[in-house]
Amino acid sequence: MNIVVAMKQIPDLQQVRIRNRQPVLDGVPMTFGSIDKNALETALQLKEAVGGNVIVISAGTEELEDTVKEALAAGADEAYLVLDDELEHIESSVSAHLLAELIKQIENIGIILFGEGSGDNYSGQVGPRIAEILGLPEVGYVCDIELEDSRVKVTRSLEDCEEVVRVSLPAVLTVMADINEPRIPSVTQILKAGKKPQQILEVEDIGFDLKGDKKIVTLSSLAPENKRKQITVKNGEELVDALLTEGVIRR
Amino acid sequence: MAGIMIYSDKDELSFELLSGAKLISGHTGLPINAVCINNSEQAQGLAARGAETYLINNEAINLADSQGMASALESAAIQLDANIILLSSNRRGKELSGRLAEKLAAGCLTDVGSIKVNLDKIECMRNSLGGAVLAAQMITSDYKIIAVEPRVFEEMAVGKEGPINNLKIEAQAAELEVLEQRAKVGDTANIESANILVAVGQGLKSENDMLIIKELAEALGAEIACSKPVATDKKWLPEERIIGLSGKKCKPDLAVILGISGQVQFTVGIRDARTIVAVNTDENALIMQMADYIMVADLHDLVPEMTRALLVKKRLNGVRL
Ligand SMILES: Cc1cc2nc3c(=O)[nH]c(=O)nc-3n(C[C@H](O)[C@H](O)[C@H](O)COP(=O)(O)OP(=O)(O)OC[C@H]3O[C@@H](n4cnc5c(N)ncnc54)[C@H](O)[C@@H]3O)c2cc1C
Ligand SMILES: Nc1ncnc2c1ncn2[C@@H]1O[C@H](COP(=O)(O)O)[C@@H](O)[C@H]1O
Repeated sequence: MNIVVAMKQIPDLQQVRIRNRQPVLDGVPMTFGSIDKNALETALQLKEAVGGNVIVISAGTEELEDTVKEALAAGADEAYLVLDDELEHIESSVSAHLLAELIKQIENIGIILFGEGSGDNYSGQVGPRIAEILGLPEVGYVCDIELEDSRVKVTRSLEDCEEVVRVSLPAVLTVMADINEPRIPSVTQILKAGKKPQQILEVEDIGFDLKGDKKIVTLSSLAPENKRKQITVKNGEELVDALLTEGVIRR
Repeated sequence: MAGIMIYSDKDELSFELLSGAKLISGHTGLPINAVCINNSEQAQGLAARGAETYLINNEAINLADSQGMASALESAAIQLDANIILLSSNRRGKELSGRLAEKLAAGCLTDVGSIKVNLDKIECMRNSLGGAVLAAQMITSDYKIIAVEPRVFEEMAVGKEGPINNLKIEAQAAELEVLEQRAKVGDTANIESANILVAVGQGLKSENDMLIIKELAEALGAEIACSKPVATDKKWLPEERIIGLSGKKCKPDLAVILGISGQVQFTVGIRDARTIVAVNTDENALIMQMADYIMVADLHDLVPEMTRALLVKKRLNGVRL
């Protein structure tokens, strides 16, 4: 059984600074979204339990060839990528169509795993969209998975309840960040990662019209204004006095 | 083809969506249809709020199955001639929006935090780049799916009674079987409506230290909130108390932020607070940049000190009265 994991390449958000209300992305290294790393860890644990191959799929810019080594080092067996420098800011419907084409090239799929949301866009749409394109059942916000032959029993975490459901395979699952703790690859694993197979496609190979298929326009995108007083206080009493003076707390 | 359709699995959220639909309808003149699935109580609630309500009763449609739910709503949208679909951006709602969007070849925006209508253009604001920026976006496809965050709109008030119509929708049995549903351990905290919040992060050393946080919250008359790892990794507080991108967006008068580094996924949930106090041992922590009052200190020392100072002031005040 092949286990497919969709991982999105994003700039390392901890290193993004804001200048003139614009994010500065120059020189910020690319990485995978943190919940996508939980999805990969889920796949690796399933493989350890029942065997099979873990295949990472991703759509992004050329740097992805390098970024994906992170996932291969952590234990993924193979990667299927669509590369195009136009894929820097793609909307969810486009990602879903490109990734669905990659999935169609992979045989004998059991489970297709996604993060609950990508690290940058966090729309939570791509997994359910792909399930729809492929006509598969989907369970979102999964916090526990138990394989049973040709089916899977999963627990999903909703705002007010946990729901245990059973679905037949193949199925699409999106996982929550607290499902596991992603492993950190060793140095030897990182060195070996470059040798693992990468299947690379271009957008044209898929026959997709990136521009023609836009469904969303972005009118503006700015960091919110940050006007804070920035007063340093020395101790608890001084702080309480300041808050009383400000009128945000009452005596 | 034109009209607005609203749906949420949660009654309160559907009442909020009704207000959102009103806003859009006010600018565009489009009719509003409210859809309920296997929930006649919700249908009554919507009708009581004046909505043209459509109730789908079909046991084959399973709330837990996004595939069947999306099919049902697709048929509803076609039958009702609706192209603008408002859903709630709770977890079930987000799942459903992606699936329904794909069926209708629609652009879709989730986690929408506000809506502005300009002539007939619907501008949606949502966080992007993990919350580092706020984007204004518009859907250009014919069908438009907008999933609105809870509490963006007020629940529509009860008013002139609207009709409840039955809507017949064919459905296939779900490929998914619900084995069990267990309610999450109750916590009635509503950090979104609190005037004062004390938010605690991984700077807190042990669960026992939660006691000093409780004492401070009590002295301030505050609700306790937290960063995500305090709830999901440490499990010291329930998930309902998480502030941030995947938690709640809060706008208190005062937020006292203790031992939280201030990564964007946290700060998006608190940046609309009127006054922010940050207590952190690291003077360079990102949270310091968005604070009105900065205190470089160990929270385990500062918190009891602050609680004492508050109690002293209150007592002094009592004497004076
Ligand atoms: C898609 C996505 C969604 C997310 N959603 C959320 C969300 O909704 N909410 C959220 O909070 N996070 C969210 N996160 C996680 C977020 O990125 C951070 O990991 C998290 O906010 C960090 O929590 P923290 O500040 O408590 O911990 P840390 O980053 O570990 O910071 C601890 C801080 O405590 C300080 N400290 C240490 N000891 C003391 C002491 N004795 N006294 C005072 N200060 C001390 C340290 O200097 C440090 O600044 C999300 C992440 C992703 C990828
Ligand atoms: N360009 C992409 N390449 C690979 N996986 C993606 C991509 N975009 C989204 N995903 C996957 O879909 C999930 C949800 O993304 P989103 O809908 O953007 O929140 C992510 O956690 C990833 O697993």
